[in-house]
Amino acid sequence: MLIKTIFSGFGGQGVLSTGQTLAKAALQEGKFVTFLPSYGAEVRGGTANCTVTISDEEIASPIASEPEFVVALNQPSFFRFQNLLQSGGFLLYNSSLVEASNIRGDIETLGVPITELAANIGNVKVANMVMLGSFIRISNLISFDRLIKNLPEILGAEKARLLNINKQAFQLGFDYVKEHLKCL
Amino acid sequence: MNKQLMYGTHAIGEAAIQAGCTCYFGYPITPQNELPEYMSRRLTEVPGGVFIQAESELASINMVLGASVAGARAMTSSSSPGISLKQEGISFLAGMELPAVIVNIVRGGPGLGNIAPAQSDYFQATRGGGHGDYRIVVLAPASVQELADMTFAAFDLADEYRVPVMVMGDGMLGQLMEPVVMPVRKKKKLPEKDYILTGAKRRPARLVKSLILDTKAMEDHNWKLMRKYRRIEQNETRWESFLLDDAEMVVIAYGTAARIARGAINRLRREDESIRVGLIRPITLWPFPTDVLKKASQKIKDFFVFEMSAGQMVEDVRLALDGSGTIHFYGRPGGVVPTPAELARSIARHYYQSQRKQKK
Repeated sequence: MLIKTIFSGFGGQGVLSTGQTLAKAALQEGKFVTFLPSYGAEVRGGTANCTVTISDEEIASPIASEPEFVVALNQPSFFRFQNLLQSGGFLLYNSSLVEASNIRGDIETLGVPITELAANIGNVKVANMVMLGSFIRISNLISFDRLIKNLPEILGAEKARLLNINKQAFQLGFDYVKEHLKCL
Repeated sequence: MNKQLMYGTHAIGEAAIQAGCTCYFGYPITPQNELPEYMSRRLTEVPGGVFIQAESELASINMVLGASVAGARAMTSSSSPGISLKQEGISFLAGMELPAVIVNIVRGGPGLGNIAPAQSDYFQATRGGGHGDYRIVVLAPASVQELADMTFAAFDLADEYRVPVMVMGDGMLGQLMEPVVMPVRKKKKLPEKDYILTGAKRRPARLVKSLILDTKAMEDHNWKLMRKYRRIEQNETRWESFLLDDAEMVVIAYGTAARIARGAINRLRREDESIRVGLIRPITLWPFPTDVLKKASQKIKDFFVFEMSAGQMVEDVRLALDGSGTIHFYGRPGGVVPTPAELARSIARHYYQSQRKQKK
Protein backbone atom coordinates (compact mmCIF):
# COMPACT_ATOMS: atom_id res chain seq x y z
CA MET A 1 0.00 0.00 0.00
CA LEU A 2 1.25 3.46 -0.90
CA ILE A 3 -1.28 6.30 -0.68
CA LYS A 4 -0.65 9.95 -1.42
CA THR A 5 -2.85 12.79 -0.26
CA ILE A 6 -2.66 16.50 -1.01
CA PHE A 7 -4.03 18.88 1.62
CA SER A 8 -4.63 22.35 0.24
CA GLY A 9 -6.20 25.69 1.09
CA PHE A 10 -5.41 29.27 2.06
CA GLY A 11 -2.37 29.95 4.23
CA GLY A 12 -3.74 30.14 7.78
CA GLN A 13 -6.48 27.53 7.40
CA GLY A 14 -4.26 24.95 9.08
CA VAL A 15 -3.51 22.98 5.94
CA LEU A 16 0.05 22.10 6.95
CA SER A 17 -0.85 21.23 10.54
CA THR A 18 -3.63 18.95 9.28
CA GLY A 19 -1.15 17.07 7.10
CA GLN A 20 1.41 16.95 9.89
CA THR A 21 -1.13 15.55 12.34
CA LEU A 22 -2.00 12.79 9.89
CA ALA A 23 1.70 12.06 9.26
CA LYS A 24 2.47 11.86 12.99
CA ALA A 25 -0.50 9.57 13.61
CA ALA A 26 0.60 7.27 10.78
CA LEU A 27 4.15 7.20 12.14
CA GLN A 28 2.82 6.05 15.50
CA GLU A 29 1.12 3.15 13.75
CA GLY A 30 4.53 2.08 12.44
CA LYS A 31 3.90 3.12 8.85
CA PHE A 32 6.44 4.64 6.48
CA VAL A 33 5.52 8.28 6.07
CA THR A 34 6.68 11.48 4.39
CA PHE A 35 5.32 15.02 4.73
CA LEU A 36 6.30 17.49 2.03
CA PRO A 37 5.06 21.09 2.32
CA SER A 38 4.87 23.28 -0.72
CA TYR A 39 7.39 26.04 -0.56
CA GLY A 40 8.21 28.80 -2.91
CA ALA A 41 7.80 32.50 -3.34
CA GLU A 42 4.46 32.37 -1.53
CA VAL A 43 2.18 35.36 -0.93
CA ARG A 44 -0.04 36.19 2.01
CA GLY A 45 -3.55 34.93 1.35
CA GLY A 46 -2.22 32.63 -1.35
CA THR A 47 -2.51 28.89 -1.42
CA ALA A 48 -0.66 26.48 0.82
CA ASN A 49 -0.48 22.77 0.28
CA CYS A 50 1.32 19.70 1.47
CA THR A 51 1.63 16.10 0.39
CA VAL A 52 1.42 13.25 2.88
CA THR A 53 2.50 9.80 1.74
CA ILE A 54 1.65 6.79 3.88
CA SER A 55 3.00 3.38 2.95
CA ASP A 56 3.84 -0.13 4.14
CA GLU A 57 7.20 0.01 2.37
CA GLU A 58 9.97 2.54 1.86
CA ILE A 59 8.76 5.65 0.04
CA ALA A 60 10.69 6.39 -3.14
CA SER A 61 9.31 9.81 -3.97
CA PRO A 62 7.42 12.06 -1.56
CA ILE A 63 5.99 14.08 -4.45
CA ALA A 64 2.47 13.29 -5.63
CA SER A 65 1.91 13.69 -9.34
CA GLU A 66 -1.30 11.58 -9.20
CA PRO A 67 -2.58 11.49 -5.62
CA GLU A 68 -5.28 9.09 -4.44
CA PHE A 69 -6.89 11.79 -2.26
CA VAL A 70 -7.22 15.55 -2.41
CA VAL A 71 -8.50 17.63 0.49
CA ALA A 72 -9.39 21.15 -0.67
CA LEU A 73 -10.25 23.83 1.85
CA ASN A 74 -10.75 26.69 -0.61
CA GLN A 75 -12.00 27.36 -4.13
CA PRO A 76 -8.66 27.75 -5.95
CA SER A 77 -7.36 24.46 -4.51
CA PHE A 78 -10.63 22.76 -5.40
CA PHE A 79 -9.99 23.43 -9.08
CA ARG A 80 -6.22 23.17 -9.12
CA PHE A 81 -5.81 19.84 -7.35
CA GLN A 82 -8.92 18.16 -8.71
CA ASN A 83 -7.07 17.89 -12.00
CA LEU A 84 -4.18 16.00 -10.40
CA LEU A 85 -6.34 13.29 -8.82
CA GLN A 86 -6.06 9.75 -10.12
CA SER A 87 -9.04 8.42 -11.96
CA GLY A 88 -11.21 6.92 -9.22
CA GLY A 89 -9.62 9.18 -6.61
CA PHE A 90 -11.52 10.99 -3.87
CA LEU A 91 -11.95 14.76 -3.54
CA LEU A 92 -12.96 15.96 -0.11
CA TYR A 93 -13.79 19.66 0.04
CA ASN A 94 -14.82 22.37 2.43
CA SER A 95 -18.41 23.12 1.43
CA SER A 96 -18.45 26.16 3.75
CA LEU A 97 -16.20 27.96 1.25
CA VAL A 98 -16.22 25.95 -1.94
CA GLU A 99 -18.91 26.14 -4.55
CA ALA A 100 -18.73 22.74 -6.18
CA SER A 101 -19.02 23.01 -9.91
CA ASN A 102 -17.37 21.46 -12.95
CA ILE A 103 -16.50 18.28 -11.08
CA ARG A 104 -14.74 15.57 -13.02
CA GLY A 105 -16.90 12.57 -13.77
CA ASP A 106 -14.31 9.92 -12.87
CA ILE A 107 -13.77 10.84 -9.22
CA GLU A 108 -15.77 10.65 -6.01
CA THR A 109 -16.46 13.77 -3.97
CA LEU A 110 -17.91 14.87 -0.67
CA GLY A 111 -18.36 18.37 0.72
CA VAL A 112 -18.14 18.90 4.48
CA PRO A 113 -19.31 22.25 5.95
CA ILE A 114 -16.38 22.37 8.34
CA THR A 115 -16.72 26.01 9.43
CA GLU A 116 -20.36 25.53 10.48
CA LEU A 117 -19.56 22.23 12.17
CA ALA A 118 -16.65 23.76 14.07
CA ALA A 119 -18.81 26.74 15.06
CA ASN A 120 -21.21 24.25 16.65
CA ILE A 121 -18.55 23.26 19.15
CA GLY A 122 -17.60 26.87 19.71
CA ASN A 123 -14.24 27.19 17.93
CA VAL A 124 -13.95 27.72 14.18
CA LYS A 125 -10.18 27.39 14.44
CA VAL A 126 -10.52 23.61 14.58
CA ALA A 127 -12.36 23.47 11.25
CA ASN A 128 -9.26 21.83 9.75
CA MET A 129 -9.40 19.06 12.34
CA VAL A 130 -13.07 18.47 11.54
CA MET A 131 -11.87 17.87 8.00
CA LEU A 132 -9.18 15.47 9.21
CA GLY A 133 -11.87 13.49 11.07
CA SER A 134 -13.84 13.23 7.83
CA PHE A 135 -10.73 12.30 5.89
CA ILE A 136 -9.88 9.46 8.26
CA ARG A 137 -13.38 8.03 7.89
CA ILE A 138 -13.19 8.16 4.10
CA SER A 139 -9.60 7.09 3.55
CA ASN A 140 -9.34 4.46 6.27
CA LEU A 141 -5.56 5.08 6.21
CA ILE A 142 -5.16 5.19 9.97
CA SER A 143 -7.23 4.02 12.90
CA PHE A 144 -9.52 6.68 14.33
CA ASP A 145 -9.44 5.16 17.81
CA ARG A 146 -5.65 5.06 17.89
CA LEU A 147 -5.48 8.67 16.74
CA ILE A 148 -7.69 9.70 19.65
CA LYS A 149 -5.61 7.57 22.02
CA ASN A 150 -2.28 8.96 20.76
CA LEU A 151 -3.49 12.55 20.47
CA PRO A 152 -1.75 13.88 23.61
CA GLU A 153 1.59 12.76 22.18
CA ILE A 154 0.80 14.04 18.69
CA LEU A 155 -0.23 17.50 19.86
CA GLY A 156 2.61 17.74 22.35
CA ALA A 157 2.78 19.45 25.72
CA GLU A 158 2.36 22.95 24.29
CA LYS A 159 -1.10 22.19 22.96
CA ALA A 160 -2.31 19.97 25.81
CA ARG A 161 -5.09 22.42 26.62
CA LEU A 162 -6.50 21.98 23.11
CA LEU A 163 -6.85 18.23 23.47
CA ASN A 164 -10.58 18.10 24.06
CA ILE A 165 -11.62 20.56 21.40
CA ASN A 166 -9.53 18.65 18.86
CA LYS A 167 -11.07 15.35 19.90
CA GLN A 168 -14.53 16.83 19.49
CA ALA A 169 -13.61 18.20 16.09
CA PHE A 170 -12.33 14.82 14.85
CA GLN A 171 -15.49 13.10 16.08
CA LEU A 172 -17.70 15.66 14.39
CA GLY A 173 -16.02 15.25 11.03
CA PHE A 174 -15.93 11.48 11.37
CA ASP A 175 -19.65 11.26 12.19
CA TYR A 176 -20.60 13.69 9.44
CA VAL A 177 -19.22 11.30 6.83
CA LYS A 178 -20.97 8.36 8.50
CA GLU A 179 -24.29 10.15 8.07
CA HIS A 180 -23.76 11.60 4.62
CA LEU A 181 -21.91 8.88 2.78
CA LYS A 182 -23.95 5.78 3.47
CA CYS A 183 -22.10 3.54 1.05
CA LEU A 184 -18.94 3.41 3.17
CA MET B 1 15.72 7.74 21.29
CA ASN B 2 12.31 7.38 19.70
CA LYS B 3 11.46 7.91 16.07
CA GLN B 4 10.22 11.43 15.59
CA LEU B 5 8.86 13.25 12.59
CA MET B 6 11.38 15.97 11.68
CA TYR B 7 12.07 18.44 8.92
CA GLY B 8 15.28 17.74 7.00
CA THR B 9 16.78 21.07 8.00
CA HIS B 10 15.95 20.51 11.68
CA ALA B 11 17.42 17.00 11.55
CA ILE B 12 20.71 18.47 10.26
CA GLY B 13 20.72 21.04 13.07
CA GLU B 14 19.93 18.58 15.85
CA ALA B 15 22.50 16.06 14.55
CA ALA B 16 25.13 18.82 14.53
CA ILE B 17 24.29 19.69 18.14
CA GLN B 18 24.47 15.99 19.09
CA ALA B 19 27.88 15.80 17.37
CA GLY B 20 29.18 18.57 19.60
CA CYS B 21 28.90 21.52 17.23
CA THR B 22 28.98 24.69 19.30
CA CYS B 23 29.39 27.31 16.57
CA TYR B 24 27.05 28.12 13.71
CA PHE B 25 27.60 31.02 11.31
CA GLY B 26 25.43 31.68 8.30
CA TYR B 27 23.57 34.07 6.08
CA PRO B 28 19.94 33.44 5.05
CA ILE B 29 18.95 31.86 1.74
CA THR B 30 16.00 29.69 0.71
CA PRO B 31 15.51 26.67 0.86
CA GLN B 32 17.58 26.16 4.03
CA ASN B 33 16.52 29.02 6.31
CA GLU B 34 14.87 26.67 8.79
CA LEU B 35 18.35 25.34 9.64
CA PRO B 36 19.83 28.63 10.93
CA GLU B 37 16.48 29.33 12.58
CA TYR B 38 16.73 26.01 14.43
CA MET B 39 20.36 26.63 15.36
CA SER B 40 19.63 30.14 16.65
CA ARG B 41 17.29 28.62 19.22
CA ARG B 42 19.14 25.39 19.99
CA LEU B 43 22.63 26.89 20.41
CA THR B 44 21.39 29.07 23.28
CA GLU B 45 20.78 25.83 25.18
CA VAL B 46 24.29 24.48 24.56
CA PRO B 47 27.16 25.42 26.89
CA GLY B 48 29.46 27.76 24.98
CA GLY B 49 27.04 27.83 22.04
CA VAL B 50 27.55 30.61 19.50
CA PHE B 51 25.11 31.57 16.77
CA ILE B 52 25.81 34.48 14.46
CA GLN B 53 23.80 35.59 11.47
CA ALA B 54 26.74 37.16 9.69
CA GLU B 55 26.64 40.14 7.35
CA SER B 56 27.43 37.96 4.34
CA GLU B 57 28.33 34.47 3.19
CA LEU B 58 31.97 35.50 3.00
CA ALA B 59 31.92 36.62 6.62
CA SER B 60 30.19 33.45 7.80
CA ILE B 61 32.68 31.04 6.21
CA ASN B 62 35.56 33.05 7.66
CA MET B 63 33.93 32.96 11.09
CA VAL B 64 33.84 29.17 10.69
CA LEU B 65 37.56 29.30 9.91
CA GLY B 66 38.20 31.38 13.01
CA ALA B 67 36.19 29.07 15.27
CA SER B 68 37.89 26.01 13.78
CA VAL B 69 41.39 27.38 14.29
CA ALA B 70 40.43 27.97 17.92
CA GLY B 71 39.43 24.31 18.26
CA ALA B 72 35.63 24.43 18.10
CA ARG B 73 33.37 22.21 16.05
CA ALA B 74 31.94 24.78 13.65
CA MET B 75 29.53 24.72 10.75
CA THR B 76 27.86 26.88 8.16
CA SER B 77 25.06 26.21 5.71
CA SER B 78 23.70 27.80 2.59
CA SER B 79 22.20 27.05 -0.78
CA SER B 80 23.91 27.10 -4.18
CA PRO B 81 24.49 30.86 -4.81
CA GLY B 82 25.59 31.28 -1.20
CA ILE B 83 27.94 28.29 -1.41
CA SER B 84 29.58 29.89 -4.45
CA LEU B 85 30.35 32.93 -2.30
CA LYS B 86 31.91 30.73 0.39
CA GLN B 87 34.40 29.10 -1.96
CA GLU B 88 37.30 31.38 -1.09
CA GLY B 89 36.96 30.45 2.58
CA ILE B 90 36.66 26.75 1.76
CA SER B 91 39.91 26.91 -0.22
CA PHE B 92 41.59 28.60 2.77
CA LEU B 93 40.21 25.92 5.13
CA ALA B 94 41.65 23.23 2.85
CA GLY B 95 45.01 24.98 2.59
CA MET B 96 45.24 25.54 6.33
CA GLU B 97 44.04 21.96 6.97
CA LEU B 98 41.17 23.01 9.18
CA PRO B 99 38.08 20.91 9.92
CA ALA B 100 34.68 22.42 9.10
CA VAL B 101 31.23 21.22 8.12
CA ILE B 102 29.44 22.94 5.25
CA VAL B 103 25.86 22.13 4.35
CA ASN B 104 24.66 22.85 0.82
CA ILE B 105 20.92 22.53 0.24
CA VAL B 106 21.20 22.72 -3.53
CA ARG B 107 18.73 24.73 -5.62
CA GLY B 108 18.36 25.25 -9.38
CA GLY B 109 21.05 27.32 -11.09
CA PRO B 110 23.14 28.86 -12.59
CA GLY B 111 23.05 32.36 -11.15
CA LEU B 112 20.22 32.98 -8.71
CA GLY B 113 18.30 30.23 -10.52
CA ASN B 114 15.28 29.22 -8.48
CA ILE B 115 14.52 27.66 -5.12
CA ALA B 116 13.55 24.20 -6.35
CA PRO B 117 15.56 21.02 -5.61
CA ALA B 118 18.50 20.34 -7.97
CA GLN B 119 21.81 18.49 -8.20
CA SER B 120 23.67 20.96 -10.35
CA ASP B 121 26.42 21.74 -7.83
CA TYR B 122 28.12 18.36 -8.28
CA PHE B 123 31.09 19.71 -10.24
CA GLN B 124 31.68 22.54 -7.79
CA ALA B 125 31.49 20.27 -4.75
CA THR B 126 33.55 17.33 -6.00
CA ARG B 127 36.34 19.35 -7.60
CA GLY B 128 37.00 21.37 -4.49
CA GLY B 129 35.07 24.43 -5.61
CA GLY B 130 37.63 27.12 -4.91
CA HIS B 131 41.12 27.72 -6.24
CA GLY B 132 44.10 25.45 -5.72
CA ASP B 133 44.83 21.72 -5.68
CA TYR B 134 42.42 20.40 -3.11
CA ARG B 135 39.37 18.24 -2.49
CA ILE B 136 36.67 18.23 0.12
CA VAL B 137 34.74 15.20 1.32
CA VAL B 138 31.20 15.34 -0.10
CA LEU B 139 28.40 13.31 1.51
CA ALA B 140 25.12 12.84 -0.36
CA PRO B 141 22.20 11.83 1.89
CA ALA B 142 18.92 10.58 0.40
CA SER B 143 16.53 10.80 3.36
CA VAL B 144 15.96 12.88 6.46
CA GLN B 145 17.46 10.06 8.54
CA GLU B 146 20.59 10.20 6.43
CA LEU B 147 20.75 13.98 6.68
CA ALA B 148 21.03 13.45 10.43
CA ASP B 149 23.45 10.50 10.24
CA MET B 150 25.77 12.15 7.70
CA THR B 151 25.86 15.55 9.37
CA PHE B 152 26.80 13.71 12.53
CA ALA B 153 29.51 11.72 10.74
CA ALA B 154 30.79 14.81 8.93
CA PHE B 155 32.14 16.34 12.14
CA ASP B 156 34.21 13.22 12.94
CA LEU B 157 35.50 12.98 9.37
CA ALA B 158 36.49 16.65 9.38
CA ASP B 159 38.38 16.31 12.66
CA GLU B 160 40.01 13.02 11.73
CA TYR B 161 41.51 14.28 8.46
CA ARG B 162 41.52 18.03 9.14
CA VAL B 163 39.47 18.74 6.02
CA PRO B 164 36.28 20.63 5.20
CA VAL B 165 33.38 18.19 4.75
CA MET B 166 30.28 19.07 2.77
CA VAL B 167 26.84 17.56 3.30
CA MET B 168 25.03 18.05 0.02
CA GLY B 169 21.25 17.76 0.04
CA ASP B 170 18.66 19.52 -2.09
CA GLY B 171 15.61 21.69 -1.61
CA MET B 172 13.30 18.71 -1.35
CA LEU B 173 15.29 16.88 1.33
CA GLY B 174 15.58 20.08 3.36
CA GLN B 175 11.84 20.77 3.36
CA LEU B 176 10.75 17.15 3.72
CA MET B 177 9.51 15.70 7.02
CA GLU B 178 10.32 12.06 7.74
CA PRO B 179 10.78 9.81 10.77
CA VAL B 180 14.25 10.14 12.33
CA VAL B 181 16.15 8.43 15.11
CA MET B 182 18.82 10.89 16.27
CA PRO B 183 22.36 9.50 16.33
CA VAL B 184 23.99 9.45 19.75
CA ARG B 185 27.62 10.43 20.27
CA LYS B 186 29.96 7.64 21.20
CA LYS B 187 33.52 8.20 22.29
CA LYS B 188 35.53 7.92 19.12
CA LYS B 189 39.29 8.14 19.13
CA LEU B 190 40.23 11.20 17.14
CA PRO B 191 43.65 12.76 16.74
CA GLU B 192 44.44 15.41 19.32
CA LYS B 193 44.06 18.96 17.97
CA ASP B 194 47.71 19.89 18.37
CA TYR B 195 47.51 22.72 15.85
CA ILE B 196 44.83 24.96 17.37
CA LEU B 197 45.51 28.44 18.69
CA THR B 198 44.84 28.55 22.40
CA GLY B 199 47.50 30.99 23.62
CA ALA B 200 51.19 30.06 23.68
CA LYS B 201 51.72 30.19 27.42
CA ARG B 202 54.35 27.55 28.38
CA ARG B 203 54.55 26.14 24.86
CA PRO B 204 56.13 27.21 21.55
CA ALA B 205 54.00 29.49 19.39
CA ARG B 206 51.92 27.97 16.57
CA LEU B 207 51.15 29.41 13.18
CA VAL B 208 48.20 28.36 11.00
CA LYS B 209 48.31 29.79 7.48
CA SER B 210 47.90 28.97 3.83
CA LEU B 211 50.50 31.43 2.53
CA ILE B 212 53.68 29.52 1.64
CA LEU B 213 55.82 31.71 -0.62
CA ASP B 214 58.68 29.26 -1.05
CA THR B 215 57.74 27.17 -4.07
CA LYS B 216 59.47 23.99 -2.90
CA ALA B 217 57.75 24.21 0.48
CA MET B 218 54.44 24.86 -1.27
CA GLU B 219 54.99 21.84 -3.49
CA ASP B 220 55.69 19.71 -0.42
CA HIS B 221 52.53 21.02 1.21
CA ASN B 222 50.53 20.10 -1.89
CA TRP B 223 51.94 16.56 -1.95
CA LYS B 224 51.16 16.24 1.73
CA LEU B 225 47.55 17.20 1.04
CA MET B 226 47.43 14.72 -1.86
CA ARG B 227 48.68 11.89 0.38
CA LYS B 228 45.91 12.76 2.80
CA TYR B 229 43.33 12.72 0.00
CA ARG B 230 44.59 9.27 -1.14
CA ARG B 231 44.11 8.06 2.43
CA ILE B 232 40.55 9.39 2.45
CA GLU B 233 39.89 7.65 -0.88
CA GLN B 234 41.12 4.37 0.55
CA ASN B 235 39.27 4.56 3.86
CA GLU B 236 36.15 6.63 3.43
CA THR B 237 34.59 5.83 0.05
CA ARG B 238 30.95 4.93 0.71
CA TRP B 239 28.27 3.57 -1.59
CA GLU B 240 25.36 1.15 -1.59
CA SER B 241 23.86 -1.17 -4.15
CA PHE B 242 20.37 -2.47 -4.74
CA LEU B 243 19.35 -5.60 -6.73
CA LEU B 244 22.75 -5.77 -8.38
CA ASP B 245 23.24 -9.57 -8.39
CA ASP B 246 21.26 -10.42 -11.51
CA ALA B 247 21.39 -6.93 -13.07
CA GLU B 248 22.05 -6.46 -16.78
CA MET B 249 21.76 -2.70 -16.49
CA VAL B 250 22.75 -0.63 -13.49
CA VAL B 251 21.32 2.77 -12.67
CA ILE B 252 23.78 5.17 -11.05
CA ALA B 253 22.23 7.98 -9.03
CA TYR B 254 22.77 9.77 -5.72
CA GLY B 255 20.68 11.67 -3.16
CA THR B 256 17.06 12.37 -4.07
CA ALA B 257 17.69 10.99 -7.57
CA ALA B 258 18.76 7.63 -6.09
CA ARG B 259 15.55 7.49 -4.15
CA ILE B 260 13.50 8.09 -7.27
CA ALA B 261 15.63 5.51 -9.11
CA ARG B 262 14.91 2.90 -6.47
CA GLY B 263 11.19 3.52 -6.91
CA ALA B 264 11.55 3.25 -10.68
CA ILE B 265 13.49 -0.03 -10.43
CA ASN B 266 10.92 -1.57 -8.07
CA ARG B 267 8.18 -0.52 -10.45
CA LEU B 268 9.94 -1.97 -13.52
CA ARG B 269 10.72 -5.29 -11.87
CA ARG B 270 7.11 -5.62 -10.72
CA GLU B 271 5.74 -4.87 -14.17
CA ASP B 272 8.09 -7.09 -16.18
CA GLU B 273 10.04 -9.92 -14.57
CA SER B 274 12.46 -10.09 -17.50
CA ILE B 275 13.79 -6.58 -16.74
CA ARG B 276 16.93 -6.94 -14.68
CA VAL B 277 17.97 -3.49 -13.50
CA GLY B 278 19.94 -2.69 -10.33
CA LEU B 279 21.28 0.41 -8.65
CA ILE B 280 24.65 1.70 -7.48
CA ARG B 281 24.29 4.75 -5.30
CA PRO B 282 27.41 6.77 -4.44
CA ILE B 283 27.07 7.99 -0.84
CA THR B 284 30.36 9.88 -0.92
CA LEU B 285 30.52 11.91 -4.15
CA TRP B 286 34.14 12.62 -3.38
CA PRO B 287 35.76 10.20 -2.93
CA PHE B 288 33.77 8.67 -5.81
CA PRO B 289 33.28 4.87 -5.74
CA THR B 290 35.38 4.36 -8.88
CA ASP B 291 36.49 0.82 -8.02
CA VAL B 292 32.93 -0.33 -7.44
CA LEU B 293 31.92 0.77 -10.94
CA LYS B 294 35.06 -0.74 -12.43
CA LYS B 295 34.28 -4.07 -10.81
CA ALA B 296 30.63 -3.94 -11.88
CA SER B 297 31.72 -3.32 -15.48
CA GLN B 298 33.35 -6.77 -15.62
CA LYS B 299 29.85 -8.27 -15.58
CA ILE B 300 27.47 -5.48 -16.56
CA LYS B 301 27.72 -3.59 -19.82
CA ASP B 302 24.96 -0.98 -19.53
CA PHE B 303 25.18 1.94 -17.12
CA PHE B 304 22.26 4.35 -16.81
CA VAL B 305 23.13 7.61 -15.08
CA PHE B 306 20.26 9.67 -13.70
CA GLU B 307 20.82 13.14 -12.28
CA MET B 308 18.73 16.20 -11.48
CA SER B 309 21.19 18.19 -13.59
CA ALA B 310 22.21 18.39 -17.23
CA GLY B 311 24.89 15.75 -16.59
CA GLN B 312 27.78 16.15 -14.16
CA MET B 313 28.34 12.89 -12.26
CA VAL B 314 28.09 11.14 -15.62
CA GLU B 315 31.64 12.39 -16.26
CA ASP B 316 32.94 10.60 -13.17
CA VAL B 317 31.14 7.46 -14.31
CA ARG B 318 32.85 7.78 -17.70
CA LEU B 319 36.24 8.18 -16.00
CA ALA B 320 35.59 5.18 -13.77
CA LEU B 321 34.48 2.89 -16.60
CA ASP B 322 37.36 4.04 -18.78
CA GLY B 323 35.77 2.96 -22.03
CA SER B 324 34.21 -0.30 -20.91
CA GLY B 325 30.43 -0.52 -21.12
CA THR B 326 27.80 1.77 -22.59
CA ILE B 327 26.66 4.86 -20.73
CA HIS B 328 23.03 5.98 -20.92
CA PHE B 329 21.93 9.28 -19.43
CA TYR B 330 18.71 10.88 -18.24
CA GLY B 331 18.95 14.34 -16.69
CA ARG B 332 16.43 16.91 -15.46
CA PRO B 333 18.11 20.25 -14.72
CA GLY B 334 16.56 23.46 -13.39
CA GLY B 335 14.76 22.19 -10.30
CA VAL B 336 12.51 19.54 -11.89
CA VAL B 337 11.98 16.40 -9.79
CA PRO B 338 10.72 13.62 -12.06
CA THR B 339 8.45 10.88 -10.74
CA PRO B 340 9.55 7.25 -10.44
CA ALA B 341 7.06 6.41 -13.21
CA GLU B 342 8.67 8.91 -15.57
CA LEU B 343 12.18 7.64 -14.85
CA ALA B 344 11.00 4.04 -15.22
CA ARG B 345 9.82 4.77 -18.78
CA SER B 346 13.22 6.17 -19.72
CA ILE B 347 15.11 3.25 -18.15
CA ALA B 348 12.83 0.73 -19.87
CA ARG B 349 13.32 2.33 -23.28
CA HIS B 350 17.12 2.24 -22.96
CA TYR B 351 17.01 -1.28 -21.51
CA TYR B 352 14.94 -2.80 -24.33
CA GLN B 353 16.98 -0.98 -27.00
CA SER B 354 20.17 -2.32 -25.58
CA GLN B 355 18.75 -5.86 -25.32
CA ARG B 356 17.74 -5.73 -28.99
CA LYS B 357 21.22 -4.54 -29.99
CA GLN B 358 22.84 -7.43 -28.13
CA LYS B 359 20.63 -9.98 -29.92
CA LYS B 360 21.68 -8.74 -33.38
